[in-house]
Amino acid sequence: MTQGRPETETPGRFVRLDVFKYSLRLPIIIWQALFFIAPLMFMVAMSFFIVRNYRMTEAFVMKNWLKMMGRDYFWDSYVLTFGLATLATVVVMTVAFPAAYTLAFRVSETTRRWAVFLLIIPFFTSYLVRIFSWYVILAESGVINAMLGFIGLGPFVMLNTKFGTIIGYMTLTLPLVIILQTFSLANIDRSLVEAAHNLGCRPWRTIYRVILPLARTGLIIAAVFCFILSFGDFVSPYYLGGSKPPTLPILIVDTVKSGQQWPRAAVVAVVMMVTLFIVAFGGIAAAYRRRVS
Amino acid sequence: MKGDRLLRGFLYGYLGLVFIFIFAPIVFSIIFSFNSDRFPTIPLGSFTLRWYETIWQDPDVWEAARTSLIVSLSVAFMATFLGFTTAYTDYRYRFKLKPLYLALILLPPTIPLIIMALAMLAWFAKIGLSGKVLSIIIAHTVLTAPFAMAIIRLRLSQMDASLEAAAWNLGADQWRALRRVIIPFCRPAIISSFCLTAAVSFDEFAIAWFISGLNKTIPVIILEIVTGNIDPQVNAIGSFVFLTSMTLVIIAQVVLMTRQKKEKGNHG
Repeated sequence: MTQGRPETETPGRFVRLDVFKYSLRLPIIIWQALFFIAPLMFMVAMSFFIVRNYRMTEAFVMKNWLKMMGRDYFWDSYVLTFGLATLATVVVMTVAFPAAYTLAFRVSETTRRWAVFLLIIPFFTSYLVRIFSWYVILAESGVINAMLGFIGLGPFVMLNTKFGTIIGYMTLTLPLVIILQTFSLANIDRSLVEAAHNLGCRPWRTIYRVILPLARTGLIIAAVFCFILSFGDFVSPYYLGGSKPPTLPILIVDTVKSGQQWPRAAVVAVVMMVTLFIVAFGGIAAAYRRRVS
Repeated sequence: MKGDRLLRGFLYGYLGLVFIFIFAPIVFSIIFSFNSDRFPTIPLGSFTLRWYETIWQDPDVWEAARTSLIVSLSVAFMATFLGFTTAYTDYRYRFKLKPLYLALILLPPTIPLIIMALAMLAWFAKIGLSGKVLSIIIAHTVLTAPFAMAIIRLRLSQMDASLEAAAWNLGADQWRALRRVIIPFCRPAIISSFCLTAAVSFDEFAIAWFISGLNKTIPVIILEIVTGNIDPQVNAIGSFVFLTSMTLVIIAQVVLMTRQKKEKGNHG
């Protein structure tokens, strides 16, 4: 490639060990193997261990799997978690789109950059504190019901409902989804949108027939991220949703914190991972599928 | 066109509402932290510093702040180091298993924290590292290294490849070129990566809660107070955490931006 690059990989000749190259390449491989891959593999293995007299013993039995799979509450949790995460994805994608559309097409580039900077701020504030704040705002005597009370409405029960959970999921995912949507819309070739406009295509039709198909990849990635984050969050369903019935992440927390039943928690975690892999790969396949028609 | 102006007005209003939704919990938590009511609502109670005094006098909070500080500084150092080596490898070399190599570092943020927390808990128990400050550092490094890698890689892609080659041609060996050419060029990205990874670690609660044992960090204290009952102390601690994180984020942003402006100025 560039002249003067001391590449030592010449096939067929004596290859000197390139200390420089490997001392830059290997640290992350070793680190991630030890502290990322190994823990996940061990967790999968752990789902086959047994617990005797409150002690976990390494073994290979199907007991935990059969026990969890045979319980109705596990499947109730599964359906609830999947349903809530799907609902959150639909709601968040819909709520985010007009905002992202505005940021991508209707404001100057400076405004857009500032807006994105503002949207990054929530990532660096404590998610727990924000949820606690919502808890107080949404409560029966909280800020929203007090305001509604002035105009003679309410009080409405918002805590310990699915509505509360979705508000929590939105707190977690909305900023990220708006950022991802804005980038994917802003990267569209403007001239195609203008061409549709000049040819007399109405705004709604332009969005549906031109903008959405062109931004598809980015939009699907945003949706996948939204689903993953909601599916794995235990804070919102616990503090705002009332955790009855528990979602899968709450099930993991309860199982781990209430005793030594780590193997059963591992079963739940593995089921979650498999689900997320399927969703992610399905999403990526849909994102990069060649356009029909 | 009148219709277009109407639509524009609607869209701006909508955007405003979305931003209000996003910032409402942050703003309210700061307001509540100075509010005398135990259960704040409208109209607000009187101004007070009581919650700040309570946490100021709480030795557990001080202990946790110390742990959090040690953890986030060590994490920032480790994650930035690993992120740099990976970004440089990706920038300079091509090899067969590169997609796998990149996946290895970039995947952790896509795995739910609760699953990472369980996996880390079990693994650290297995290898005899449970409940140590070191285990939180290790876990958070895995989590934040991808961000460091992304920031530094972005910076490297702005570099003129012939700079490093020129250093070699002038007789510098690879280490010297790395130290004298690459690292100085990446310095703003390294500083912002340091700040951002520290901020992420400073806020992380799920993994820390599972594996910290007795060495609680600030977010773990928050989680425990929240689980107990309604206690506005949380807002006071939260505002303190917010201030810390925002300082780090703003430093990161300013360092990156001023550098880029300066370079643009030199070219122009």
